[in-house]
Amino acid sequence: MISIETHNLTVSYNRRPVLWNIDFELPTGKIIGIIGPNGSGKTTLLKAIMGLVPTSSGYVKIFNQDLEDVRSRVSYVPQRESVDWDFPASVMDIVLMGRYKKNNLFKRITKADRDIAAEALEKVNMLEFSNRQISQLSGGQQQRVFIARSLAQGADLYIMDEPFVGVDAATEEAILNLLHDMKNQGKTVVVVHHDLQTAKDFFDWIVLLNTRMVAAGPKEEIFNKKLLQEAYGGKLNVLSQVGDLMKEKAFNVREK
Amino acid sequence: MNSTFQFLSFSDPNVLFVVLGTMLLGASAAIVGCFSFLRKRALVGDAIAHSILPGVCLAFMVSGSKNPLYLIIGAFITGWLSLLLIDGITRTTKLKSDTAIGIILSVFFGVGILLLTSIQHSGNASQAGLDKFLFGKAASLTKDDVYVFGTIAAILILVVILFYKEFKLISFNPDYAKVIGLPVRFLEFMLATITVLAVAVGIQAVGVVLMAALLITPASGARFWTDKLGVMILIATFFGAISGFLGSYISYVAPAMPTGPWIVMCLSLLTVGSIWFAPKTGMLARFRVQQDNQRKILIENVLKLFYHLGEKDGGFKKQRSIKVLLATRDLRMKELKRGLLLLKKENWLRKKGDHWVITESGLNEAKRVIKLHRLWEMYLNQRLKLEPDHVHNDAEAIEHIITPELERQLEKELNYPTKDPHQSTIPYVE
Repeated sequence: MISIETHNLTVSYNRRPVLWNIDFELPTGKIIGIIGPNGSGKTTLLKAIMGLVPTSSGYVKIFNQDLEDVRSRVSYVPQRESVDWDFPASVMDIVLMGRYKKNNLFKRITKADRDIAAEALEKVNMLEFSNRQISQLSGGQQQRVFIARSLAQGADLYIMDEPFVGVDAATEEAILNLLHDMKNQGKTVVVVHHDLQTAKDFFDWIVLLNTRMVAAGPKEEIFNKKLLQEAYGGKLNVLSQVGDLMKEKAFNVREK
Repeated sequence: MNSTFQFLSFSDPNVLFVVLGTMLLGASAAIVGCFSFLRKRALVGDAIAHSILPGVCLAFMVSGSKNPLYLIIGAFITGWLSLLLIDGITRTTKLKSDTAIGIILSVFFGVGILLLTSIQHSGNASQAGLDKFLFGKAASLTKDDVYVFGTIAAILILVVILFYKEFKLISFNPDYAKVIGLPVRFLEFMLATITVLAVAVGIQAVGVVLMAALLITPASGARFWTDKLGVMILIATFFGAISGFLGSYISYVAPAMPTGPWIVMCLSLLTVGSIWFAPKTGMLARFRVQQDNQRKILIENVLKLFYHLGEKDGGFKKQRSIKVLLATRDLRMKELKRGLLLLKKENWLRKKGDHWVITESGLNEAKRVIKLHRLWEMYLNQRLKLEPDHVHNDAEAIEHIITPELERQLEKELNYPTKDPHQSTIPYVE
């Protein structure tokens, strides 16, 4: 089974490609890390998969279907810093957002939704904080709230953007345990991660990225000196010059 | 007093219309303003308000009447157009949203003034009063106005109730809303529509220039009182409505006073009041915390004096004169006396003639502070690898804030030390 397939996916900002022809198939039931240096396009790749940024070429399939048809089976955990935590809401309010669905715009939140949200909070050890105002949370707690919101969705594929950044040891431990539980239930988890040191312990599968895909495969195959050097040894010179040129000349990555 | 009674009895139906009208306007603007505020689009409301003027003028030129419905339709169209343009400029050019807002606001307002001037010189008799849109005409709201405003306020409240949880989500985390498949564009369209509507009716009361205040100040004031979105919207609505009421009242009892500006004045006072007096987050509450800290630091420092003197001559419970105390530590006379009196109140010190003695409970308290000071010095020395001559100043401050839980953690982590880095004894209270 394939969880995510990208086919020749190119994403550009101001016409300069930040991801070139990304082409991979990810398995299901694994914890998959997307690894690469700063500015290698990891977050952009997730956003392209989730349809949050326009693509210049290629396509994405999730469980062999278009995202639109499998939305309820996919859950996304954005970067913690992407929102303003001073928003007037409690922890429970945020987790309940995971229960909103596109087909029940006018439907109220039910008791069952609350139970599911509470269960999700319990899984990340945050149940006692459910009435806490979100601005009073530590970074690690904020991250756990975001993960709980995603769990409340009850999806099969979880896509997380840098969940381990700026969290305390307890949170890291809690998230890791959770990832393993999810894997044991047959769920697939795709995690953007920037720390090479821990990547080998955290993940079963690795996608090495640096504006282009360097390699993708089981971690035993990926963690070798040659591939890592290729990914972390800087950008391809000609490739980035062509990118610059495309921005300068307002040139598209496809002829039409 | 007589005029107050007249006002409150609504014996003059016009007063009733004005009061109802301004309250409805204030409340509607406050409700949608909460979302503008939370989405950090405070200035967009200002741009819409200014962009509405050409719409009002065009509606008058086309229809030839000042029927509020026609004017609101005109206002609605140019208000919306301004939003689309701001969005378009930010998306397709290098310009950022603040610049786009500035450009659209001034261009549309310029066109509006141009049209207004040409209407005024056209000789059309029915145009009189159109310029009221600049500064509002709350005092002359009519029955028809109130009907239109009431309908719009009802639509607006209905939309917010229907889409409450979705509006909450797109204000907090629009990307997530998109990912779970909510129709974010439609929801943003609805939110923008009710904002334009609220502004379009609001400027009839306070005018183009003051409209932004009606939108944003209630939300910003309400934010200080609560951490719940629903409650925040209710408080903001209350602020908006009560300001409408007070503004009408003031201009009724003092006829020289304009209604619109007074509504804005009342709103501003409520917001400034919130900034000052709100519990926990208000300036006053924060000031009080600072004062409590200063007081705690002072009394603990004075207590420490007695301990240090006792440590030196072996007599913890000896009587000390103010002169001796002053010589031991760099304290001003006034501060010291204040500290001594505060400590007496706590029964930690007793006064004997013009000398002072520490009590048993005072001595325990002094030991606690000294212990925290020396534990912290140890901690800095061992964990942060600071030299013994670098740890004192830090400990002077930290000793006052360490909680009993942290104290236990420190003791445990340092394995109950008996000496600090300067070889002074760390006192433990049995």
